[in-house]
Amino acid sequence: MNHTSLKQLSHLLASGQASSRELCQDYLDRIARLNPVLNAFITVDPERTLAEAEAADRLRAEGRAGALTGVPIAHKDIFCAEGWLTTCGSKMLANFVAPYDAHVIERCKAAGLPCLGKTNMDEFAMGSSNETSYFGPVRNPWALQAVPGGSSGGSAAAVAARMAPAATGTDTGGSIRQPAAFCGITGLKPTYGTVSRYGMIAFASSLDQGGPMATSAEDCALLMNVMAGFDARDSTSLERPAEDYTRDLTRPLIGLRIGLPREYFAEGLSADVARAIEAALAEFRRLGAQTVEVSLPMSRLSVPVYYVLAPAEASSNLARYDGVRYGYRAPEYTDLTDMYERTRAEGFGDEVKRRIMIGTYVLSHGYYDAYYLQAQKLRRLIAQDFAAAFQQCDVILGPTTPTTAFELGAKRADPVEMYLSDIYTIAVNLAGLPGMSLPCGFGADGRPVGLQLIGDYFSEARLLNVAHQYQQVTDWHTRLPEVK
Amino acid sequence: MSLTLEDIRRIAHLARIRIDADEAARYQSQLNEIFHLIEQMQAVDTAGIEPMAHARDVYQRLREDVVTETNRREAFQAVAPQVEDGLYLVPKVIE
Repeated sequence: MNHTSLKQLSHLLASGQASSRELCQDYLDRIARLNPVLNAFITVDPERTLAEAEAADRLRAEGRAGALTGVPIAHKDIFCAEGWLTTCGSKMLANFVAPYDAHVIERCKAAGLPCLGKTNMDEFAMGSSNETSYFGPVRNPWALQAVPGGSSGGSAAAVAARMAPAATGTDTGGSIRQPAAFCGITGLKPTYGTVSRYGMIAFASSLDQGGPMATSAEDCALLMNVMAGFDARDSTSLERPAEDYTRDLTRPLIGLRIGLPREYFAEGLSADVARAIEAALAEFRRLGAQTVEVSLPMSRLSVPVYYVLAPAEASSNLARYDGVRYGYRAPEYTDLTDMYERTRAEGFGDEVKRRIMIGTYVLSHGYYDAYYLQAQKLRRLIAQDFAAAFQQCDVILGPTTPTTAFELGAKRADPVEMYLSDIYTIAVNLAGLPGMSLPCGFGADGRPVGLQLIGDYFSEARLLNVAHQYQQVTDWHTRLPEVK
Repeated sequence: MSLTLEDIRRIAHLARIRIDADEAARYQSQLNEIFHLIEQMQAVDTAGIEPMAHARDVYQRLREDVVTETNRREAFQAVAPQVEDGLYLVPKVIE
């Protein structure tokens, strides 16, 4: 089952070669064996999973199965799932059993996808290494001393180690793409507004976007068909007709214009990552694509702009954790203010506190124009760079990250250095564009290299097409780490 | 720009996060490094540029003013730290 795609699993189920219960039990066994090493899951609940599997098997017996009914997936622990512990990687929510389902969870349930468990993540999705999780770091299946990336590091590691055939993730500044790159899997961050944020615990609301993580572009397309869709409960959900994200997968790439941003191939890009990207470009040229140099001059400011906007929105969103309605409350306090202050001091980890404080400051009286407003103006300039580039090309291609996965602990003490590891992914969120990462080789250290594709608004099907065609002529996405 | 210890204590209080002296010193140095990165923004002249609040131009949808939710007070209060008779309990605020 190790190399099994969603499509193959669905065939196994449809032909009666396996039941959903059997598939789920296989994956649960693998999770039980590997999770003590990788720490990719925060919560596993075999009884609940198997009950969902049996329900899917009954649907199939009644002839009411859809394309993926019975195929299990894992969910990032940022998605509220009724009856499941939903921690968001934080002590603040370590005891929070969600009383309702996120829209994404509703969609997955309606499609009959049993949940294999809730995956580990950076606390409140704030981090690029999974080291800020209250539940301990996730380890990279390709190198146990390396980080899996973050914040969707648990989902990425789980898929890479085939503890789940696919998983959900969320991406605010690269949190699907960067861990996908570090773990050698395929992940898609859709156009902002495509996947509902309802029940997805908020970090930075104008940037947060859920998306699929799987072993291949085809599987991401199948999962997008389940996850995407209008939801009136998310005020920024876009009302658009439903799409079939698999519709363009087989389209040839002849004549495709690939834009190469010169800023993404400049200083700071490690030589081994650059080599893998160059080799992938040669492959795309063989498939009939042309390349053109483009420029994203303002993208160099995307990290500073992001570290104003995201913390500002986070400081507002995380004000709700007050020890009154749900989550952690400090055991001892003198009065209401003291209760708030101790609850938040004890319930939040360091990185979350840093970002709340940055956000509080940039929004405070007298500083708003210099920081928040300036960042919003630069955000427009960053988006305009992409609009200009898409006049010249169909998709933009570059590395997902400047290096392969770094060592656990390497950047933990230096927040700024950690932030800069997302230099190629953040601008995409600021502009609200779709982007994806797919494996394209290995670095000098034997760790996976991720290739990033960025498209214009609503071009997910095209990105998936480009990635799928590449995956038809390469086998990087089928490589499997040996986890001992 | 450089944040003082006093600034850090004020920000922490605004954010309702209790910090001790050691933490204040640590946050001071870390936040100053982060703001050093953020200051790069000031080098760009953005006069006349419209701020971008959102990726897409969307407008707030309106709905009919009717009740759409069912009462799930018990389920929601089941996850609260302290409740009594359907009320959330907090420390006394009025003597």
